[in-house]
This record gives sequence, structure tokens and C-alpha cells, in this order.
Amino acid sequence: MKILVCVAQTPDTTAKIEFINNSTQFNATGVTFIMNPTDEWYALVRAVELRKQHGGTVTTITVGGTDNEQTIRKALAIGADDAVRIDMQPTDAYNVAAQIAAYAKQQNYDLILTGKETIDYNGSTVGGILAELLDLPYIALASKLEMPSPNSAEVWRDIEGGVEKVGVQTPFVVSAQKGMAEQVIPNMQGIMASRRKPLAVLPPFDVETLTMAESFQLPPQRSNVKLIDPENPAELVRLLHEEAKVI
Amino acid sequence: MSHIIETAAQSNSKSAGQDKFQSHDYYWVDELLSPEHLLIRESVRAWVKKEVSPIIEDYAQRAQFPRHLVRQLGEIGAFGPTIPTEYGGQGLDYISYGIIMQELERGDSGIRSTASVQSSLVMYPIYTYGSEEQRMKYLPKLGSGEWLGSFGLTEPNYGSNPSGMITRIEDKGDYYLLNGAKMWISNAPFCDVAVVWAKDDAGDIRGVIVERGMEGFTTPETHGKWSLRASATGELVFDNVRLPKENLLPKAKGLKAPLSCLSSARFGIAWGAIGAALDCYDSALRYAQERIQFDKPIAAFQLTQKKLAEMITEITKAQLLAWRVGVLKNEDRATPAQISMAKRNNVDMAIHIAREARQIHGGMGITGEYPIMRHSMNLESVITYEGTHDIHLLITGMDITGHNAFK
Repeated sequence: MKILVCVAQTPDTTAKIEFINNSTQFNATGVTFIMNPTDEWYALVRAVELRKQHGGTVTTITVGGTDNEQTIRKALAIGADDAVRIDMQPTDAYNVAAQIAAYAKQQNYDLILTGKETIDYNGSTVGGILAELLDLPYIALASKLEMPSPNSAEVWRDIEGGVEKVGVQTPFVVSAQKGMAEQVIPNMQGIMASRRKPLAVLPPFDVETLTMAESFQLPPQRSNVKLIDPENPAELVRLLHEEAKVI
Repeated sequence: MSHIIETAAQSNSKSAGQDKFQSHDYYWVDELLSPEHLLIRESVRAWVKKEVSPIIEDYAQRAQFPRHLVRQLGEIGAFGPTIPTEYGGQGLDYISYGIIMQELERGDSGIRSTASVQSSLVMYPIYTYGSEEQRMKYLPKLGSGEWLGSFGLTEPNYGSNPSGMITRIEDKGDYYLLNGAKMWISNAPFCDVAVVWAKDDAGDIRGVIVERGMEGFTTPETHGKWSLRASATGELVFDNVRLPKENLLPKAKGLKAPLSCLSSARFGIAWGAIGAALDCYDSALRYAQERIQFDKPIAAFQLTQKKLAEMITEITKAQLLAWRVGVLKNEDRATPAQISMAKRNNVDMAIHIAREARQIHGGMGITGEYPIMRHSMNLESVITYEGTHDIHLLITGMDITGHNAFK
């Protein structure tokens, strides 16, 4: 089985979020980056498990600059066989998906996995666009993926109030979310082996950028909490009515 | 997004309070490390957050050794970092070893002690002084965590003065007869094998491998410790133990052999202590910003800032010391005296930081809600074992003056 996993780098969940240049750009100075958790814990780990089951290879693909290589090495340490980096600063989701599609077209993957979203811009669209560009079936937000044979899969999706089970033949694209696999912490042998695994750096393909973020805005700061004496419910009602204006 | 928050919280959850640890690198020392070093640190830190932080306070309070972690330490690769992979080690450099120790001790000195003993005091001597048969028999099982090892040098009446030891091996023709007792031995109650130092008929210190199950070998546990409560400490008692001749380490003769093991372990402690200090500092810094007194965070008061600023200064100095001695160790140039200086300085640094951090936490600092008191108590052992604080000073003193002030 030939498996491709889309791996992105995102700011650590504890990073301080700040925008610069008239709120048009994220300030990456001093920010620690991590592998996007849904790409890592669910998509990549499940891909490595399926390779163990059926044999084959797991390749990761990342669209980004050299600063992504630490994240890519971690993906190799977790168990991917090789990695591809398309050397450009990602612009919008379409552009990223089109870069990956242009590469994947030549490779005939049986299965392409993405995380359900990146935790920075939360677009959740790369998987869908990628499937469309490759003309492949797409199953979004899968929480379980079983492959009884190397060419057919059963995929479970959480839907409102229940679970949907989908049958699909390879090749297909799936976006993975919580439930698909458990976190794997790379051990020392995996880390040392990652040094010897191939990482191909490719120039970007000529594809369009369709959208552009004009500005970013942080959510409003939480205002101070007002404590009201439990003996004085009238004051609570007054504040809810006059200040919060919710009643 | 909600899923992410939930899963991130899961991996950080802690029974007492969440493990919110973030590392501190004031002088960008990370730039001196390789990408592999950083990945190793990330992995061990993730493992500690997932497996150690949620349970360690409870085990320490109950004075229990979390024995299930031994196998996991093997799986993550914390045993025998510098031993070649063909013997079940990890084939890493000494800075990697230091980083692993730092991250483990960030969790708990007791867990780090277990890994230190296994790596530097059991696997290292078997690898360095053992025969090829001994290496193949013991090292892979120790590296994987299938077996746990201990190291017997200290005796009830011979601590800082190990050359006076009275444990003996007598040559009985086709076997050795081992008699004596070792004390303050980490891992002893649960160990499968022990590397034991004893004098032979000629009075030379030799190393032998004792296996659990040998007749006359017992390992009573030391109870009532206020320190390293989540680590098992005990005695190794040898009452006419008949030891096969092949259990003698052929290449170890004289005190130099066990001292070389201690040098390796001390190196790891010099790094490990930084982990404990970072955890205390990180917790104190966060607490000082959250705790409001007189209508402002206590971090805004000069005396709190003095404590915090001195902490990060001392941590930074310790990081540079550890990094440099790591480079020297990688180049095989680190002298035992240089390692002594790093061990002594860094443990002393950590114990002071733990104490200051406890003050910043006020009353909360004495509870198990925060890791401070546990680190503080643990470090009382760390400053004593593997060469006491005073002995390391005398090692430096002898190194610079040429005069031996030990005796």
C-alpha cells in the first residue's frame, strides 16, 4: 500500500497569538511550532498502523519552508518512511491542496490522509479540495478507519446524534479526527532512524492562490468578573438587564 | 477546535493539578543543540507529561515505586542511551543522555534515579568491564526494561570512603563465595540483577553480577524515607552467595572501575537537577503571576522578582555548565573533577530554587497540588548520593591545589 499523509506545522497550543503589519500577519517570533495534532496523532499514526498491517510505504508531504524540517523529522521518527517538502510559504488552502495534488498525481497513492483541520487557521478544507483535484472519493472527519484488505476500507464518521459507516475502495482521501488512533511518542531509535530517512525538497508547482487573508482580529478580551452578593438578586437582575442586556 | 483542546488537555492532565510545564531557555541554549537533541527532549517531555505527571504525586505520597514505568522507560529509550544499539542501548551521545535525565527529573528525581542507575551504574559497567558473553546476556534485557538493575558500592559503614568496604568474594575454586551487605541502593527491592563491588582475596576491588534468586541474596526495602519516595531503595545482603565464576566482570580491578560508573551517573545528575529546578521555577513563575495580593500579582513585588530573577540566572548558568561538560564528555575529555563541579553546582542550584519556589507558592507550596515540596525533598537525596556536596568540593579542592583533604 502506498500511503500519503499531509503534515502541517502549527503554533504550539500554548503560544501567544499576536498579529503584526497592520494585523495582516501572524507574528511567529519566539513561537514554538509543533506538528499539527490531528495530522500527527490521528492521520500519521493510523497510516503507520495500516502499513504494519498491509505492508507498503508511508510518505509525508508538507508545504512550507526549511523551518518545517524539525516537524518533518518528527513525522519520520514516528514511523513514516520518507518525506516530501514543497519549498514555499503556504498561502491559502486551495494553493496548499493544489501543490499536494500536483505532486500526488504522479505517484498513485492508495490512500491519502489529512488531519481534520490545522489548529491555526482551522480551514478544514485541504482534504476536500485535494480529493476534488485528484478526482478521488473523500470522506471527511473520520473517527475510525479499518482496511480489511489493501484495496477496501470501512470508515466511521461521527454525525449529529450517531455514527455513519462508509464503505470505500482505494484510492481515496480521508480526513482524520479524534478516535482514529492514539498518540505515539517517538522513541530514541525512531529519532535516530529519522536522520537516515529520505527527505525530498521540491520546488513549488505553478498553481493559483485564490484567496488572501486581509486582516486578523483577536477575540475581545474577557472583561472582569463582577461578584454579586447572594442576598441581593435584584442587583443581579438589574445588571443582566441594563449592562449585559441579556434579559 | 474543541477536540484539539480536549486531547491536548488529556495528554497534560495530572491528578493533583495539570502539568502545564513550559521550558525556559533564557540564553537560547537550544541553539547549541542538534535537531535530534530537541526531538529527544520533546519525546521524553511528552512521555513524562503523559505517564509520570498524572500519577507521581500519588505514588510519592504513598511511598510506592511506579514499577509499571520500568518497561515504558525501556520502550521510550531511556535505558543505556550511550550504549551501542547492538547491545540493547540507544547509541546516542552524552548530551542526549543528559537531556533524557533532565526531562525525567523534571517529572521526578526518583524516576530519573531509576534510569540513572540502570544506565550508568548497571549497563555502563557491564558494557565497559564485562565479557562479550556478559554483555549479550544482560544488556539487551536491561535496555528494554525487561530486567531492572541495581548497583552495590555503599556499605553501612563505608559511604564517602568506599575503599574501606568489607564485602568480600572468596575464590572457592569453581565459584566465588560472596559475603557482605550494601546499603542505600536504588532499585534494590525490585532489581533482577545487581552489579556489586567487593574485595577479592588479594584485597582488590572487583565487580560481580548477582542475580535475583541466588541462594543467600536478599534485598530488604528501606522504609520511612522523606525523599525519593516514588523510588525503591533498599539493601543488598549477601549471606554465603555462591557466585558462578563467569559472573565476575573481567576487566574491572580497583576502585577506579566503580568510580568511573559514578562519573557517568554524576554527569546525568548535573543535567537532571536542571529539570527539577526548571519545574520549580516554571511553577513559581506562573503562580506569582496568578496570585493576587494587595490588588496586584505577587510577581509585581520586588522581593518576588528577586527570587525569580535569581532562579533563571542560576538555571541559565547551570544549563551552560551542563552543555559544556556534555561537549567535553562527547569528546572523551571531561575529567572526573569537571563532572564533580557540574554535579555539585547544579544540584545545589536546584535545591535552593526549590526552596525559594516553595516560598513563592506560600502555603500552597507545601501541598501535593504543586510539585515543589516533592522536588525539594527529593533533592536532599540527590545532593547526598553519588558523592556528597562536601566531597565534590574536596574533589575540586584537590584538583586545583594538589592536596588531598579527604583524610
